Amino acid sequence: MLEFAVITAIKSLVVITVLLMACAWSTYLERKLVAFFQTRIGPAVAGPYGLLQPIADMFKLLFKEDIVPGQAHKTIYLLAPLLAFIPAVIPIAVVPFGDTITLFGREIDLVISDFNLGILLVFAITSLGVYGLMMAGWASNSKYSLLGGLRSAAQMISYEIGLGLSVIGVLLLGGTVSLVEIVEQQDSILNWFVIRQPVGFLLYIVCAIAETNRIPFDLPEAEAELVAGYHTEYSSMRFGLFFVGEYANMLTVSAIATTLFFGGWQGPFLPPIVWFCIKVFAFMFFYIWLRASLPRLRYDQLMKFGWYVIIPLALANILVTAAIALL
Amino acid sequence: MFRLLKQVFISIPIGMFTVFKQLFRKPTTVKYPFVKSKMMPRYRGLHFLERYEDGTERCVCCGLCAASCPADAIYMEPAENERGERYARVYEINELRCIFCGFCQEACPEEAIFLGKEYEFADDERDKFTYSKDDLLVKWPREKPSPIKFLRPRRRVHWEEETGRVDLVEDSQE
Repeated sequence: MLEFAVITAIKSLVVITVLLMACAWSTYLERKLVAFFQTRIGPAVAGPYGLLQPIADMFKLLFKEDIVPGQAHKTIYLLAPLLAFIPAVIPIAVVPFGDTITLFGREIDLVISDFNLGILLVFAITSLGVYGLMMAGWASNSKYSLLGGLRSAAQMISYEIGLGLSVIGVLLLGGTVSLVEIVEQQDSILNWFVIRQPVGFLLYIVCAIAETNRIPFDLPEAEAELVAGYHTEYSSMRFGLFFVGEYANMLTVSAIATTLFFGGWQGPFLPPIVWFCIKVFAFMFFYIWLRASLPRLRYDQLMKFGWYVIIPLALANILVTAAIALL
Repeated sequence: MFRLLKQVFISIPIGMFTVFKQLFRKPTTVKYPFVKSKMMPRYRGLHFLERYEDGTERCVCCGLCAASCPADAIYMEPAENERGERYARVYEINELRCIFCGFCQEACPEEAIFLGKEYEFADDERDKFTYSKDDLLVKWPREKPSPIKFLRPRRRVHWEEETGRVDLVEDSQE
């Protein structure tokens, strides 16, 4: 029992450290890639090819003044960034990123928790993220923050339905809710759920982008209209937490997409962890590519798209999948 | 519905592919503090006041530059030196007001003021941008040859006693 606890603690520590590092350097990746897409060169001064830029950014954020607006609701204002950040990190606990390996004579599963209701936990936790944004928007006592918070609430709740429904096809075909088992079923490329569930995958991707407030669905922080949306009033590391939380969200959503649709850590020749990282990186690249390409939707378009297109399509997809699974 | 399908499956992929192609283009960035882009030959930067080849100031404080200045950035006070020549005792340009139009250079009858290529004169106080004669006059002896290729040589007022004729004569002809 103690051994299990120690191993889990070490695994969590390693995974969280790696995840935070990945968050930091995906800001670098994003800046660099968007720069290349726009024929610029991006950060290039801090370290070779600007690779130390995230560290410089972190120090800059840490040394900035932590401002609390005079009329803000202080407790909620200070808590909100944590509440936006933590739910973004937790779901990685149930995502398997490798097969069982033997280390120091012990069998170690490369997943923090082989929880048999993994996907439900993921949705339960990620849906908490919206509270962080809403609280930040409300507690700042600023019109831009409030509007950003309202938008994020409406958008994330709408698209959460689509997100949940789009995954059900996979669960129907797989017959399980455990992410570990779902990965084990996708042992060859033909068994990947992206082949067996193309519509579900498309819907998942669209909803995931909306869930993480990324372009083209970044209305909660539409800089042209709302300054910065819900985190307008935040400064210093509290702003940094929102920022890291957004990237952690992206990474989590990418990891879950990899797990559900792209066979997780399964792949030939290379070790499982490398395959997992490659696939997550491909998703991140796709995210950034989208950001460089697409303009922001109008708010009514966004809601219409969510309710009139995504949800009916997801329901139809479930119907067809269920019929096929039944036959 | 058809329009949406067309957008999702045709328009957006085309647009994204177009963006993807940009990934392989050479960046147009100039790494500024390390690499400086080439200046245009007629770039108008920080002013400087020229000198004659013997080191005296060309400016006679006529005030035409100040009069022509649309931003009212030039201030000057005249004085006479021991040879009875007019010169500018005080000559100040407020570089924050200046719009670098180059009218002062156009207006100057003595070819005394020019706009140079210097553009890196940022500072941390507004007061430091009022450039006085010490900042504007070229150093003497010159540290590097003047960027102005053709400068009119020094002229003197020449008075012929017999005829009473007054003429401007270049130094070398005397």
